[in-house]
Amino acid sequence: MAELERHSFDVLVIGAGGAGLRAAIEAREHGMRTAVLCKSLFGKAHTVMAEGGIAAAMGNVNSNDSWQVHFRDTMRGGKFLNNWRMAELHAKEAPDRVWELETYGALFDRTADGRVSQRNFGGHEYPRLAHVGDRTGLELIRTLQQKIVSLQQEDHAETGDHEAKLRVFQEFTVSDLLVEDGRIAGAFGYWRESGRFALFTSPAVILATGGIGKSFKVTSNSWEYTGDGHALALRAGASLINMEFIQFHPTGMVWPPSVKGILVTESVRGDGGVLRNSEGKRFMFDYIPEVFKEKYADSEAEGDRWYTDADNNRRPPELLPRDEVARAINSEVKAGRGTEHGGVFLDVSTRLPAEEITRRLPSMHHQFKELADVDITAQPMEVGPTCHYVMGGVEVDPDTGASSVPGLFAAGEVSGGMHGSNRLGGNSLSDLLVFGRRAGTGASDYVSALPVRPVPSEAAVAEAQATALAPFSGEGGENPYTLHMELQQAMNDLVGIIRKAEEIEQALERLEGLKARARTLTVEGHRQFNPGWHLALDLRNMLVVSECVAKAALLRTESRGGHTRDDYPGMDPEWRRKLLVCRTTGPSEVDVEVKAQIPIREDLLELFDRGELEKYLTGDELGS
Amino acid sequence: MRAQISERTLRTDRWWLSPLLTVAGLGLISVYAAIRTFMNDYYWVGEYHYLTPMYSPCLSAECVPAASHFGQPLPELPGFLTPPIFIIPFLLGFRITCYYYRKAYYRAAWMSPPACAVAEPHKTYTGETKAPLIAQNLHRYFFYAASILLLINIYDAIAAFSGEKGFGIGLGNIILLVNVGLLAAYTLSCHSCRHIMGGKLKHFSKHPVRYWMWQRISTLNGKHMQLAWSSLIFVCLTDLYIALVASGVIGDLRFVN
Amino acid sequence: MGYQGNFRVWRGDADGGGLEDFTVEVNEGEVVLDVIHRLQATQAGDLAVRWNCKAGKCGSCSAEINGRPRLLCMTRMSTFTEGETITITPMRTFPIIRDLVTDVSFNYTKAREIPSFKPPKGLAPGEYRMQQVDVERSQEFRKCIECFLCQDTCHVIRDHEENKEAFAGPRFLMRVAELEMHPLDEGGRVDAAQEQHGLGLCNITKCCSEVCPEHIKITDNALIPMKERVADRKYDPIVWLGNKIFRRQP
Repeated sequence: MAELERHSFDVLVIGAGGAGLRAAIEAREHGMRTAVLCKSLFGKAHTVMAEGGIAAAMGNVNSNDSWQVHFRDTMRGGKFLNNWRMAELHAKEAPDRVWELETYGALFDRTADGRVSQRNFGGHEYPRLAHVGDRTGLELIRTLQQKIVSLQQEDHAETGDHEAKLRVFQEFTVSDLLVEDGRIAGAFGYWRESGRFALFTSPAVILATGGIGKSFKVTSNSWEYTGDGHALALRAGASLINMEFIQFHPTGMVWPPSVKGILVTESVRGDGGVLRNSEGKRFMFDYIPEVFKEKYADSEAEGDRWYTDADNNRRPPELLPRDEVARAINSEVKAGRGTEHGGVFLDVSTRLPAEEITRRLPSMHHQFKELADVDITAQPMEVGPTCHYVMGGVEVDPDTGASSVPGLFAAGEVSGGMHGSNRLGGNSLSDLLVFGRRAGTGASDYVSALPVRPVPSEAAVAEAQATALAPFSGEGGENPYTLHMELQQAMNDLVGIIRKAEEIEQALERLEGLKARARTLTVEGHRQFNPGWHLALDLRNMLVVSECVAKAALLRTESRGGHTRDDYPGMDPEWRRKLLVCRTTGPSEVDVEVKAQIPIREDLLELFDRGELEKYLTGDELGS
Repeated sequence: MRAQISERTLRTDRWWLSPLLTVAGLGLISVYAAIRTFMNDYYWVGEYHYLTPMYSPCLSAECVPAASHFGQPLPELPGFLTPPIFIIPFLLGFRITCYYYRKAYYRAAWMSPPACAVAEPHKTYTGETKAPLIAQNLHRYFFYAASILLLINIYDAIAAFSGEKGFGIGLGNIILLVNVGLLAAYTLSCHSCRHIMGGKLKHFSKHPVRYWMWQRISTLNGKHMQLAWSSLIFVCLTDLYIALVASGVIGDLRFVN
Repeated sequence: MGYQGNFRVWRGDADGGGLEDFTVEVNEGEVVLDVIHRLQATQAGDLAVRWNCKAGKCGSCSAEINGRPRLLCMTRMSTFTEGETITITPMRTFPIIRDLVTDVSFNYTKAREIPSFKPPKGLAPGEYRMQQVDVERSQEFRKCIECFLCQDTCHVIRDHEENKEAFAGPRFLMRVAELEMHPLDEGGRVDAAQEQHGLGLCNITKCCSEVCPEHIKITDNALIPMKERVADRKYDPIVWLGNKIFRRQP
């Protein structure tokens, strides 16, 4: 076998989305020799799909906004299950992270006095989302990408080498982390292009790999979202929390079939779009839950007035948090009031003039025109829920992003806790920036303080290599594409938006079967750019993560945020105090345990009315 | 190493149609313009004071005196030279260096490239970096010159309302008006004009009037191709009409006087 | 609803290759990328294709369909007739890796050659003030999804490999224009556009604008305005003189 390619860095960042790039920038600015490893080309990460904006309480449009209000909204959105420290840091630091992007060259839409404009979004009390039309994610990724280039140019001016301190390895997939004596020692993976392996020695790894949506059939996520970081962390010995909470975005495209699941931005509703069923009724007024009654309009007239006079009216219920809207759409379709293709109508054409729609929602207009042949300035869109985001992820220290494994850090969607049981729209991009930066600092500090760097053992490297090559060894085994389709179908149908015990148990059975069959996977062809082989390796990750999701979903006998149990429809304050933690217990076994939630800090609790807290907290937490 | 695909293009549509039409159109118009230039006659309808734009301004001694709205500062031209010789370099220069026509003839005549994703036949390519093509950068001077000629054409078109018998309106007047309208739209929609009027600014917000002009010109600029063709063809038609009236082949259709 | 469609897909690598014929099921509402995926799942498990978002937002699945540079995910099957044979080939301008995947590192090299945003001195984060009308021009260029179809179609490098050294390509000349028009950028970029990034090689034949899936008016709004700015500085003594006399900053 050819000589193994070897690299050595101070910090490895896995994933080149918003969190990964922000972490890499931070690590490099701390003087660390940093590598970014990403599955796709540099600049193609799934962050580009984010449309609405970056939530940050800058108060540019409504000066009543503050970090406290943002913190409250985030906790409410997550049904108080959030890691409150993360929610606090996030609300406090998001504005600085947005302003920082401007110094990197970002061009947000502006207010009349030239500041960053902010738009309304579901669950946010004030206009809060810094945005660029409906392509904010693209702006974010491009800005960070260009900042990295600018740092590389500085390094080039100094050393003559662009990649002296910060190097991007694109189309490189990490298949295993290497751990020595319980500490991170490096990472092992393959080049997509050639199939050749490479070993990265590094004392710190920052996971920024995003989500797990590709385990579900209807999803807004791209092929990369196979839960790699979640699985890498598990196998390295770290724990995942909140894996039962999966956000189904209420508005994905439902027609034509080939684009089913592709996202329709929440900005459509933020800018005036309304949801109607096949009878033409604005049904969301029937679905305002008790806890939100005071915050949302109970008549169409009031809801409509809110768009122009937000101070004196309550917001329309189309802007409820995503979990509520997704469940409402699901119920309408189940009750037979859905559209021909199994969705509901989202209409902005009767609410705004055509020019305004194309100005504010250009990429939605383009997307529907090109993919569905629908002109959204004249016709309603057909939409339905789509798997969008996993609230659960690696359990991390809020301030540094450190996991329980020394040297392993996580930021962004792959980390857990920040969003509790449900994420607010716009809080994802700010999460990436705030905790990407913190993980970069955390990893740098860890590396600086480390007396001796662990070295990966040759045995571990050989094992990683053998695992990666396994799909080529057999003959006539299962086709990875078939297995993947079955997994997606099972998760979608049995651990989807509405769950019940029998179905989850059924899903676990099917997962066992799929795991057994996955051992005999075979792929054709050779290692050079072979998507069948890549899928076979990704499947290993998807299966283990899906098991965490299903096991946690079965244990949590309540409904909260992104976890709805048909057999336990109520929210239970006792369950708010419990986190479900997923760990590996064997080579491909995982187990989920209950862990107590840390009580919310007193001064943060005081930000809420007692009346509101009573809806979420138990009596003894309230001290009565 | 690129993928080895031997076909010059795999396009299945009629990509060759557009360059073909361009060559045919420009060819026909060039032939017509050349004939009219060397004809040196029938450019002035004395009765109605119609002057073809192809001979305006008419500045040399052999011009029909009444057609020389700006006098005859120049002596009679030697040999085969005719009065348009003073105009043509500017008009042709304006059109040749025009960003639209450049696209059109680079594709159609030079085949560089003949159409998108169709390989060009040339071994080397230096674009507009070397003489003579580096002179394309002089477009704005031709724009300035063409603007002056346009003003003269507008003057001619207005002057044509007063003929030998005083004020009057005929089909020729309408044609002359439409012609200067199209020429004005083509000239104003020019990319250089767009740049000079406002495009060069870094902060539109500090120059609201120029920003307003830039927006209007940008809208027109979106139709630059259509204006380039329609104004070119209409100049020829205008000239043809005046030639026919001047030669007595047809009479002018009169509405007033 | 569905039908059996005829496809010719280029398969091979740097050592050679050719068009292979396939017959694949096509269903209502599908795009070419769906067909490629079906091909992978049923007939050619190792067919290499690059893709990510499948919604025209990431710019990964660039290739050539019937000889025209296009995104596989944004080309609807309904734009073809049922009997038509659809030819799918990799982008021609870049070195082949395998099948439909090309080595686009040329673009990343060029990206590094463009000096980055130069922030204004004396302005702290949060103090930036820009008017919407002033950011809109650059915002149009920032819609770019970096699919590199403009780079692929541009004959300056498509037909002349030797120009790659000197020419940044439409995508990165547009990046220069974006920074030049950024209301707060302090880097002077006009001379470099001509001298270092090869603006003069562009003969504005507009193929970049024709293929842009984001419908960015690359030629009219970025390349020609840059050529005019170059003309301002290098070929227009009147403007030059005016700037000298009045010390104007445009």
